[in-house]
Amino acid sequence: MSEALAAGLDRGQLHELYRYMCLAREAEERLEILQKQGHVKGGLYRSLGQEGGAVGAAYALRRRDDGTGDFLAQTIRATGALFLFGGTPVDYFRQYLARATSPTRGREANVHWFDFGKGFIGPVSPLGTMVEIMAGITLSFRLRGEDRVGMVFGGDGASSTGAWHEGLNFAAVQGCPMIMMVEANQWAFSTPTRKNTRAESFVDKAPGYGIFGESVDGTDVLGVYEVVNRAVARARAGAGTQLVELQYFRRKGHAQHDPHDYVDPDLIREWEKKDPIDTYRARLLSEDWAQESELDAILAGTRAEIEAAAEEAVGEPLPEGLSALGGVYTDIATPVPWTRGASPDPRAG
Amino acid sequence: MDAAIPEHLTRTRRGEPVTLLEAISEALFEEMTRDDSVFLMGEDIGAYGGAFKVTKGFLDHFGERRVIDTPIAEGGFTGAAAGAAHMGLRPVVEIQFMDFISPAYDVITNYIATSLYRGAGPLPLVIRGPVGGGNRGGPFHSQNVEMAFFHTPGLKIVYPSTAYDAKGLLKAAIRDDNPVIFEEHKGLYRAPALREVLPDEDYVVPLGKARTVREGRDLTIVTYGSMVHSSVEAADTLDAEDGVSVEIIDLRTLLPLDEDAVVESVKRTGKLLVVHEDTRTGGIAGEIAMRVNERAFEWLDGPILRVTAIDSPVPYSGPLEDYFLPQVEDIVTASRYLARY
Ligand SMILES: Cc1ncc(C[n+]2csc(CCOP(=O)(O)OP(=O)(O)O)c2C)c(N)n1
Ligand SMILES: [Mg+2]
Repeated sequence: MSEALAAGLDRGQLHELYRYMCLAREAEERLEILQKQGHVKGGLYRSLGQEGGAVGAAYALRRRDDGTGDFLAQTIRATGALFLFGGTPVDYFRQYLARATSPTRGREANVHWFDFGKGFIGPVSPLGTMVEIMAGITLSFRLRGEDRVGMVFGGDGASSTGAWHEGLNFAAVQGCPMIMMVEANQWAFSTPTRKNTRAESFVDKAPGYGIFGESVDGTDVLGVYEVVNRAVARARAGAGTQLVELQYFRRKGHAQHDPHDYVDPDLIREWEKKDPIDTYRARLLSEDWAQESELDAILAGTRAEIEAAAEEAVGEPLPEGLSALGGVYTDIATPVPWTRGASPDPRAG
Repeated sequence: MDAAIPEHLTRTRRGEPVTLLEAISEALFEEMTRDDSVFLMGEDIGAYGGAFKVTKGFLDHFGERRVIDTPIAEGGFTGAAAGAAHMGLRPVVEIQFMDFISPAYDVITNYIATSLYRGAGPLPLVIRGPVGGGNRGGPFHSQNVEMAFFHTPGLKIVYPSTAYDAKGLLKAAIRDDNPVIFEEHKGLYRAPALREVLPDEDYVVPLGKARTVREGRDLTIVTYGSMVHSSVEAADTLDAEDGVSVEIIDLRTLLPLDEDAVVESVKRTGKLLVVHEDTRTGGIAGEIAMRVNERAFEWLDGPILRVTAIDSPVPYSGPLEDYFLPQVEDIVTASRYLARY
């Protein structure tokens, strides 16, 4: 391994962080174009300004592709973490474009997908649920004596749900090696955080669960990595559930259909100055951790990758209607509605 | 409050047609104006006016005391609504998507539905929100929730299909002393074909009364919600192509079920097809078939049949969702089979 330059990371790793943030940004921007062209039917969600938090946090996990690594539960605001864990941009587009070739064969949308080999599990929409699920995933690590950890992302708003509380409390009581990542982007749809909690900080909630919590500037990918790396180390060493709050700002509407007009534009401009990619790029250059040409090449590489992935997904077909059938039970087929048989007869099914 | 009525809520007053969504907004607005004990709770319903803009302008008009933005805690605020109802308020809570009513299932079924019976008094409250598929919303933004609650005595369940009914039923629900679950189909919210001019006077549509959408001789279709419109389309085809005359009953209220309306119609036509957008097993068709079996068996000239969604989660991709949902063609096919029987 080459020389560690910052946070224990070498030059190649520092570049990798940059690459994954760019990949997330480029993928989402390409998606916006695809939506304008009518290719995306469901909601479209951006992680603009939150890329550093997602990538920095997930980078602290052990990534394997044989099902023995750490586990990630991503959200719509953690696209970069998903890519880092081996979710590919082409699958990302396929999901949004509801293609037959998508990991869920068009049954589910956006980042709601799974690869247990690579170690990621997509969310369901009901907020908070994944905290319960990750409590159980990490419980299994503990019960089997494996030194694996699990990381679950969730928004500040999601923390208001009963599921979030019950899941986190369960994990804490059971000493599950779970990292609760609170994506404190100051908004839950149109609702500001102060209407979701009276707590000044989500870190203040941690003692209520008897767990350790830490807060970090979520726009600073390296800072996030350092803090989460410590949390992961503690969890792996048997210190139980950890909470990390990512402080940043949701710079776009909740989804593309949200005009975002309830947010002061000046505030958005302020946060643009703290753009995680721009600031990290400047840091890489000023610290001499990268040459401009290297970063340009990385960016160009991600653009090409995203372009190719988008084109590939666009060119693929939607699923056949008939493939809606099945997959509900392991052992029971879903019958074809009797009105759609060759000679419709209710006695047939 | 003497603030001016927001422009977009004066359509009926100005004799202009309204959408189903606007009819719902008007109902809420008028009930809040009429009765100071009516207030709203829900996610993003204040400044944002709700995910579908049902309560747009309400915060400015009624103030934060009566339009309360809640934390994302369906169980919490629905339970709080029950507490407020105990104290004489009449809460109307919005579930942003009815798929997310599930965290409130406990308090609705164990507490709210049983309150009167336990001697804790009636709980006049309305739990309303968008339901239904066809919007490429995937498994968690498309479900119909009626049958999760149909089995619970103590609740009423309403599911309008027209702007007129939506307004009148919601007003009746708010004035009702029992807890009411009120389902609003997203696909009907802004459907241009459903725009209609409503009476510029206070009216209610009583809960528990079905509506005969059209009279017919050969078979009865019992349905509700979006499938009322699919059934009408199918009936037009059957009339034009087969000379089959279909009677359509829109249940409007699912609980209590207007058994008399169904039975009377079946006694006239002798045949019954139940159509619902909800999934098949445990769908309301089963209950309706049983009631007709109990009360009109001798009048039946054919099997009671149903057209429903398939027993599956709701898929995201267009062709899958179209396959999942009952289509006009299915209703035509089933009706033809029954007509020939
Ligand atoms: C239980 C539940 N209620 C409501 C919703 C609708 N909803 C989807 S996202 C959202 C806001 C989420 O805010 P937050 O958790 O802060 O995440 P962010 O979008 O800011 O990343 C809401 C209310 C939901 N998905 N689940
Ligand atoms: Mg948030």
